[in-house]
Amino acid sequence: MEKEPASKVELAPGVGGGGEIPTFDITLKVRRYNPEVSDDAHWDEWQLTMYGTDRVLDALHKVKWEHDGTVSFRRSCAHGVCGSDAMRINGRNRLACKTLLKDLDTSKPILVEPIKGLPVEKDLIVDMEPFFQSYREIMPFLISKGHEPTKERLQSSEERERYDDTTKCILCAACTSSCPVFWTDGQYFGPAAIVNAHRFIFDSRDDAGDMRLEILNDKEGVWRCRTTFNCSEACPRGIQVTKAISEVKQAILTRKV
Amino acid sequence: MQVHKYDVVIVGAGGAGMRAAIESGQRARTAVLTKLYPTRSHTGAAQGGMCAALANVEEDNWEWHTFDTVKGGDYLVDQDAAEVMAKEAIEAVLDLEKMGLPFNRTPEGRIDQRRFGGHTRDHGKAPVRRSCYAADRTGHMILQTLYQNCVKHNVEFYNEYYVLDLLMVDQEVTVDGETRIEKRAAGVVSYDLASGELHIFQAKSIVFASGGVGKVYKTTSNAHTLTGDGMGIAFRRGIPLEDMEFFQFHPTGLAGLGILLSEAARGEGAILRNSEGERFMERYAPTIKDLAPRDIVARSMANEVREGRGAGPNKDYVLLDLTHLEPAHIDAKLPDITEFARTYLGVEPYTEPVPVFPTAHYAMGGIPTNIKAEVLADNDTVVPGLYAAGEVACVSVHGSNRLGTNSLLDINVFGKRAGIAAAEYALTADFVEIPENPTAETEELLDRARSSEGGERVALIRKELQDIMDANVQVFRTEETLLEALSVIDSLEERYTRITVQDKGKRFNLDLLEAVELGFLLDMAKVMTAAALHRKESRGGHFREDFPERDDENFMTHSMAYKDPSAVRTSGVRLETKPVIFTRYQPMERKY
Repeated sequence: MEKEPASKVELAPGVGGGGEIPTFDITLKVRRYNPEVSDDAHWDEWQLTMYGTDRVLDALHKVKWEHDGTVSFRRSCAHGVCGSDAMRINGRNRLACKTLLKDLDTSKPILVEPIKGLPVEKDLIVDMEPFFQSYREIMPFLISKGHEPTKERLQSSEERERYDDTTKCILCAACTSSCPVFWTDGQYFGPAAIVNAHRFIFDSRDDAGDMRLEILNDKEGVWRCRTTFNCSEACPRGIQVTKAISEVKQAILTRKV
Repeated sequence: MQVHKYDVVIVGAGGAGMRAAIESGQRARTAVLTKLYPTRSHTGAAQGGMCAALANVEEDNWEWHTFDTVKGGDYLVDQDAAEVMAKEAIEAVLDLEKMGLPFNRTPEGRIDQRRFGGHTRDHGKAPVRRSCYAADRTGHMILQTLYQNCVKHNVEFYNEYYVLDLLMVDQEVTVDGETRIEKRAAGVVSYDLASGELHIFQAKSIVFASGGVGKVYKTTSNAHTLTGDGMGIAFRRGIPLEDMEFFQFHPTGLAGLGILLSEAARGEGAILRNSEGERFMERYAPTIKDLAPRDIVARSMANEVREGRGAGPNKDYVLLDLTHLEPAHIDAKLPDITEFARTYLGVEPYTEPVPVFPTAHYAMGGIPTNIKAEVLADNDTVVPGLYAAGEVACVSVHGSNRLGTNSLLDINVFGKRAGIAAAEYALTADFVEIPENPTAETEELLDRARSSEGGERVALIRKELQDIMDANVQVFRTEETLLEALSVIDSLEERYTRITVQDKGKRFNLDLLEAVELGFLLDMAKVMTAAALHRKESRGGHFREDFPERDDENFMTHSMAYKDPSAVRTSGVRLETKPVIFTRYQPMERKY
């Protein structure tokens, strides 16, 4: 596998890209709601000059920091790993920090709204509690019977690979809040909870798969899924959410993981 | 205003806070207060791994790990603490595996290990495979696993409760017939972001685990929320801060953006090249080359750029070359960071080298603690019931330069220790009475920010602060740059008294939150700069061009920064020193 790389190589001209970063103008429209001020939501819009590598989060910051400090949204890591800034951007659920402005159609206004299906608290901030409640209900932790080994439990690379995809979840709620079933039925567990159940059901070290399958066999469980694939398209981590849900459905039917 | 009573209150829900909560929650009534939802914490952004001498793939032992940590920190590490960390690392990794963490595996099904900067076989002979990892999202998996186990143990979280003050009282105690005044912690004041209400949490034990202060810099791998709140609260309440001049610049941030590309890339075989295509680390660290510790690699990169061998149109970055690695290997071991390069810079790492430059990453310094995670009010006086762990603390296992992976280790080892110690103390101690008017100072702070109409913008002051810190208190420093930085910070502080917060509401007033955070950033920038001015030598992450050598005779000591308005020349920061603890290693020249 390892061979020592050359001490010196000829670099292709212009390597690393870069050059002048072009600027461009956008119109950003943000869905505003603040029950302290009014019970009605409305749209506000701003014209902004942005740079080539800027993301939707940069545009929101520009508004908040230079124009209107009352615009409210959550964010933290700003590179797609903390899951704070899921929102509806031009009608699609995405992370604001991972959506480059240049990849959107900037000839039209960019529309930013809170994710759907969860109560809006203020502007782009929603109440995440119902989402985390569903997550907690599927027992999202390893449950293993028998004696604890002195050292680590053994797990083959193949067994580890079996649930790798669903370990990537950052609990941003982009999937769950893109699901039409969840919009009309807030009781439905939703894709994120099922993804996190999958992560344990298919972990060879876990002994509580049956219990989780029983929970998801409930009327508000996996059978509500209509396989619309919104969740897979929304996932900023590229998790094949619909596939994970199908695997859980299959496991309930065959009682085999 | 509501008052809550708990045995233990933990401030912060990243790795250290949740690791503490898992221990404390099973022993005593515990609450975790956190500015963010726990899974948003920046532990989740850590990538490469967590070192422990498991010796699963090659010979290794904890003594080698201790030595590497001490040498990596340029001998400013407290060796008792490094020994504890390297020894308990093994159990810390096994704890996580038992909690369910999906580590990558060897063909035998054991936890796999890989190379990382500064971690070596037999005291520096060659790189060793010591880092346990889960692809390049080890921090994400640690954060998720700890949160999962908090759910399992029904840990009580107060999400989006921003702690703004530590309630301290002076108590008379008599020990061996001698009466003296002792500082005691009674509780914390927190601000509920959703409602804008203040809540007091009275507690027998308080654990600070609120993370770092990377947002004093412009180019940083740190989250927007890492504003030094915990350090700032302690400092304002008279607790010193230790070794704040030492800030780590991670070599491989995406150029211009600062987003982290894990050192695991170099652990897996990637190398750095300059504009001439040269693998320049061969010149700076002939034995371990690209796997030298971060301070050395970052300085070497900055030097290449200064000497005109930077790449790109402005010659202001170098290149991380993965093109000799198999794409399948990259996909298996480094999927996230290669996606960052594609998403944010449009560079394909399979075929093109990635533009990188050092990015502000980690505070080696912080709230001083001993190896029990007890906070110190000076060089050796413990504040009973007050604990700190993780990046907010300085125990000191990182000395003047932290080795890669040792932060994930630090939060697990000392988070666990803090949780156990805090709960055990709480089970024997009484509550300390809350002082009169406990929220007076917090209310004044908030009212001032809300009502001031001076017209200065928080974002602009913050930007100017970050600009001067990037320019003057970065990899290279001199007395001149530091004095200039201090005077700029002073003037920004004056302007800060005239800010206008536009949002006047109570509900999720994040405009106000940013104003409060800026206050902590200004305080911490001042402390970092004053401490850097005080240390007239070069060691680890602190390089003074006017004093380019390490000076053990005068500076083999920790610095301790106290808030003191009479220290006029250093903007109200008084610097003292604290001896380094040596156990087995005498200082040697640091070569790789």
